Amino acid sequence: MENMVNIKINGMPLSVPAGSTILEAARYAGIDIPTLCFLKDVNQIGACRMCVVEVKGARSLVASCVYPVNEGMEVFTNTPKVQKSRKLTLEMLLSVHDRHCLSCKRSGTCELQALCQELGVEQDDRFDGDVPDSILDESCSHLIRDNSKCILCRRCVAACEQQHVGVIGPNGRGFDTHIACAFERPLSETTCVNCGQCIVACPTGALQEKDQCQEVMDAINDPDKIVIVQTAPSIRATLGECFGMPIGTNVEGKMVAALRRLGFDKVFDTDFGADMTIMEEATEFIHRVQNNGPLPIITSCSPGWVKFCEHYYPELLPNVSTCKSPQQMTGALIKTWYAEKEGIDPKKIVSVSIMPCTAKKFEVGRDDQDAAGVPDVDIALTTRELARLIKAAQLNFARLPDEKFDDAMGVSTGAAAIFGATGGVMEAALRTAAEVLEGKPLEKLEFNEVRGTEGFKEAAYKVAGMDVKVAVVSGLNNANALLEKVRSGEADYQFIEVMCCPGGCVNGGGQPIQPATVRSFTDLKALRAKALYDQDEAMPLRKSHENPIVKKCYEEFLGEPGSHKAHEILHTSYVARKRF
Amino acid sequence: MQKRITNLPFRGTPEQEEKLRAIIAEHKGQQGAVMPVLQKAQEVYGYLPMEVQAMVAEGLGVSLEEVFGVSTFYSQFSLTPKGQYNISICLGTACYVKGAAALMDKVTEILGIQPEECTEDGKFSLTACRCVGACGLAPVLTVNEDVYGRLTPDEVPGILAKYQ
Repeated sequence: MENMVNIKINGMPLSVPAGSTILEAARYAGIDIPTLCFLKDVNQIGACRMCVVEVKGARSLVASCVYPVNEGMEVFTNTPKVQKSRKLTLEMLLSVHDRHCLSCKRSGTCELQALCQELGVEQDDRFDGDVPDSILDESCSHLIRDNSKCILCRRCVAACEQQHVGVIGPNGRGFDTHIACAFERPLSETTCVNCGQCIVACPTGALQEKDQCQEVMDAINDPDKIVIVQTAPSIRATLGECFGMPIGTNVEGKMVAALRRLGFDKVFDTDFGADMTIMEEATEFIHRVQNNGPLPIITSCSPGWVKFCEHYYPELLPNVSTCKSPQQMTGALIKTWYAEKEGIDPKKIVSVSIMPCTAKKFEVGRDDQDAAGVPDVDIALTTRELARLIKAAQLNFARLPDEKFDDAMGVSTGAAAIFGATGGVMEAALRTAAEVLEGKPLEKLEFNEVRGTEGFKEAAYKVAGMDVKVAVVSGLNNANALLEKVRSGEADYQFIEVMCCPGGCVNGGGQPIQPATVRSFTDLKALRAKALYDQDEAMPLRKSHENPIVKKCYEEFLGEPGSHKAHEILHTSYVARKRF
Repeated sequence: MQKRITNLPFRGTPEQEEKLRAIIAEHKGQQGAVMPVLQKAQEVYGYLPMEVQAMVAEGLGVSLEEVFGVSTFYSQFSLTPKGQYNISICLGTACYVKGAAALMDKVTEILGIQPEECTEDGKFSLTACRCVGACGLAPVLTVNEDVYGRLTPDEVPGILAKYQ
């Protein structure tokens, strides 16, 4: 039995676990205390004063997000004093805020806007402060920072620190305080890995992905271009959230229907590329095991992780799989195999991807990602941008029929479906590696030890009589801790999966933004991942090497997994980057 | 006002670096080590350029931005080097009403630098200070330890010429 304490909230007696904060305790009583800077497990600094409450006997209002309950405590969450204080806090924030809300991309998902509405702020210019100039940092390929919309809550700073990158922080003091990089350098000159976790942590419109919707529509409207789209495994599990559907709703069919109606010439599935990745990566793994290394092999699907490794662990780059990511493999095969078969000049193809990830916008521009002499993928959009395209086209998403991907690259397996969750790539690779090495069907396809949303998982398996030690990490702080051990020789894994974002792609920086009230008290990662594991379980084909299109691709075009041609088209290289 | 960041090249010596490394080693692992290390680093270098802050960040295992954030929060830290001769112009109340702003304009005009900056040759740097306790001499300008009072802008070129 947990240690409980008795308190009263607004006169209501309540028994809550000891160690709870007032904010948590109030939720047991059905009261949502408003917050702004608070993001559970990420940013708990009690700075914004939005969540203040009265505590009997306390000299002043207290910040409920960090104030622990104790026996006999009496809390009041909705007194005139509390209401007045919260409203004043909002009015002060608005006094230095760029209030062009109607045209702000976060209008509708802005937490500041929502609070002003909920708490009844009647005048957005009660105080006239010095709104910072809107000087945009557009130096990176993936995001735009606009400090005129920043409320200095530091959620982005905490998210960045949690990724072990920490390239943004508060500079200056008092009114000069602003979030920026060291020595006021542009973000592109730092070790930013483009993960976008800062964007999904931002309560306002201060941080945005670099929107490329117009580029895509221009391509679609150009009669000389053939525009082909692919969607990452996790998009189908999250896109519905942008249209008010419950978290974890799989909207694959409607997503495909929407893409067709937007005017894409072909709608392909990155899951096919994920199956190709498994073929190449499992082959690479087996080859390294048989040829003494370099081991551990580390997955390369996550471009945020790859850039992190290039900055922080360049000496481990030989360990990183040379496989391109599923996005790039699909793109490369569209412009080589598919173009050749269909007799299309690859230069005429505009290859678009829908990704859970802002780092994909960086990945498309990397060197050695151009199998046909032109970029494998031209434009990477986030889930949020796709939702924007669908809304702009006035498609009624919920009423769209369920449609299927185009056959040429639209068939995939359950192994690919789970790529979107941490542990998914590992499980998919193990399914194929084990079966190929043992030469007989696996009895059990589930590798439960590597499932789940924990940041670090490890397991040992027997594959064809051989002991294979694997580790799965998500979130770069976890990755960093593991890599320290690999570097020092303390860890002896053979296979490591690293996903940049905590929980994997389902929680990527390009995914629908959920407010802190949802993120703090819902297991977003698990709910979204469940949609993918359910999909895997329901699929007739659950192992990448059983994918008929994959087989055809090797028969018709590439030869064998790991062949010279496969290496030319599906593999890439990395560069060591500076830390400072 | 945001702190000025120097764009002059870093001229650290191996001896300075050795001292800094020793300071970092002394504080490594301590909680809140950034602050004392930056204070001592500034004693060694006179200011905290990127090269120094990067060494501090790497040495203490914290991010460069964290170090920079501290260095811009506290007014005691400078991001620009001091020249061989540091010109300090008092902008306290008495000096200000007696025309210190005009002195400042004259100095910036002659040297081509703003307050908190240093000339490219490392000869002069300029700071604005608050009251040197010589209000009777207002407006006051100091060059290192030398004090000049009851000045008019016309006298500035002559004073600077002494140090050329």
